[in-house]
Amino acid sequence: MTFANTLLRLVLLPALSGFTGSAFADEVQFSGANTAWILSSSALVLLMTLPGLALFYGGLVRSKNVLSILMQCFSIAAIASVLWFVLGYSLAFSEGNGFIGDFSKALLAGIDRDSLFGDIPEPLFMLFQMTFAVITPALIIGGFAERMKFSAVLVFSAAWLLLVYAPITHWVWGGGWLAQMGLYDFAGGTVVHITAGVAALVAAKVLGPRKGFLNSAIMPHNLTMTVTGAGLLWVGWFGFNGGSALGANGTAAMAILATHLAASMGAITWAGIEWYKFGKASALGIVTGMVAGLGTITPASGYVGPAGAIVIGLLGGIVCFFSTVYIKQKLKIDDSLDVFPVHGVGGILGTLLAGIFSSTQLGIFSGYGFAEGNETMLEQLSVQAIGVVATFAYTAIVSWLLFVIIGKLLGGLRVSTEKEVNGLDISEHEESGYSL
Amino acid sequence: MKLITAIIKPFKIDDVREALTQLGIHGMTVTEVRGFGRQKGHTELYRGAEYAVDFLPKMKLEIAILDEQEDAVIEAIIEAAHTGKVGDGKIFVTQLEQVVRVRTKEEGVDAV
Repeated sequence: MTFANTLLRLVLLPALSGFTGSAFADEVQFSGANTAWILSSSALVLLMTLPGLALFYGGLVRSKNVLSILMQCFSIAAIASVLWFVLGYSLAFSEGNGFIGDFSKALLAGIDRDSLFGDIPEPLFMLFQMTFAVITPALIIGGFAERMKFSAVLVFSAAWLLLVYAPITHWVWGGGWLAQMGLYDFAGGTVVHITAGVAALVAAKVLGPRKGFLNSAIMPHNLTMTVTGAGLLWVGWFGFNGGSALGANGTAAMAILATHLAASMGAITWAGIEWYKFGKASALGIVTGMVAGLGTITPASGYVGPAGAIVIGLLGGIVCFFSTVYIKQKLKIDDSLDVFPVHGVGGILGTLLAGIFSSTQLGIFSGYGFAEGNETMLEQLSVQAIGVVATFAYTAIVSWLLFVIIGKLLGGLRVSTEKEVNGLDISEHEESGYSL
Repeated sequence: MKLITAIIKPFKIDDVREALTQLGIHGMTVTEVRGFGRQKGHTELYRGAEYAVDFLPKMKLEIAILDEQEDAVIEAIIEAAHTGKVGDGKIFVTQLEQVVRVRTKEEGVDAV
């Protein structure tokens, strides 16, 4: 479609639609503005993984494992992108049944540059979704950091993308059974954060703790990297949540505003709790609180108002803080980089809170109303809870099975103790992060 | 001849150097070291995981002096490095058997 043609249609459509009846008015028009915004958002979401998450996680591991994290982020980005194009997108977003899509859009069959998804090109929608398919398995690596074989990471990530991520995306965003129930997940609280968090928790249980966990110091090696990465995550999240409006419109603006406020509130809350409990606020604390705020607002971001977002950020900061301490110190699970307490718990909390703060009856804390078919807060909350439980259970079972099977295929998931002590950079990649 | 080895808090190194220069001390060797005495270590908290850090950063100062300078040098270091808080450091004095200046091959007192 040429620019002149587009302009003509944009100018004439409102006038013509009055004369020509609903058939013409209902025809979806290509939107250059929306396309521009989703193109930008796709870049922003990819920025979250490369370099955002890579730096965020890279700084949190010991210096002998920094390259392994960067390598895993990059490898997963490449593999997930190709798999998403070949099969993942089709399984998630073609018609299929309520549980999973079909193969009709494999390799983008039947889709060309004039194909539309809503009013943006379908290849662009597929690309935008691809960036989500990249970051979700990349988030999981925090659960098994510093001890899993590189081969196992790759096989698991690829299989998990097709067997967990794609079906759940179909349930929630691809017209599947949760979508039909009216589940609210604006930008991936269930699809991204619960799935990644639960898979990381399962990984940590299956692999067991790193050598020295809770007995000797396993300290972050470069918090400067971590804070830099966290900053990139924050910026990229504007595309993650704002882009999920699929248009350059008020919903996107409000989603970004809600996202930003919740991140700020989460950061303040986490640092504040540390200051109160330990006498000092830490840099790692403030950035972790920010990520918790972002993870918590994500499912709710387009459905709640800014005042609701502040409450969500506050609760995200509190609940994720105590979950982190509880999982590490009480349950003694070595989810190395706290993926479950920060993303998983944040995603669960946010998904439930979306059912509350989307209500229009909460005064200044009101949102934009419940999904069609849900009349009361209780009804919306029930759907949200069903979404949480189903996503949690399905992800946990399939991830666990995958780990067991891949462990058998590769003769164990974990590197040897000697390799672990020497660090994955040398033992898995024959390289060192630093020669200082 | 004596060798004075002083372990002090890093932020006091400039004060100590100045005090020693005023005494006419011409040379010294400074090393960044880590250790602990009565100060013990401190704890660091990362997302609720508490780690004990036993070894704290300190500066080690080594100076070769004449026997008669000993009291004044010790006095000057104490004066300059003192904060009154735990962890101020320690001064060790050892007998120095020989000193040789590499450039001139001077030995003993002449080389100090």
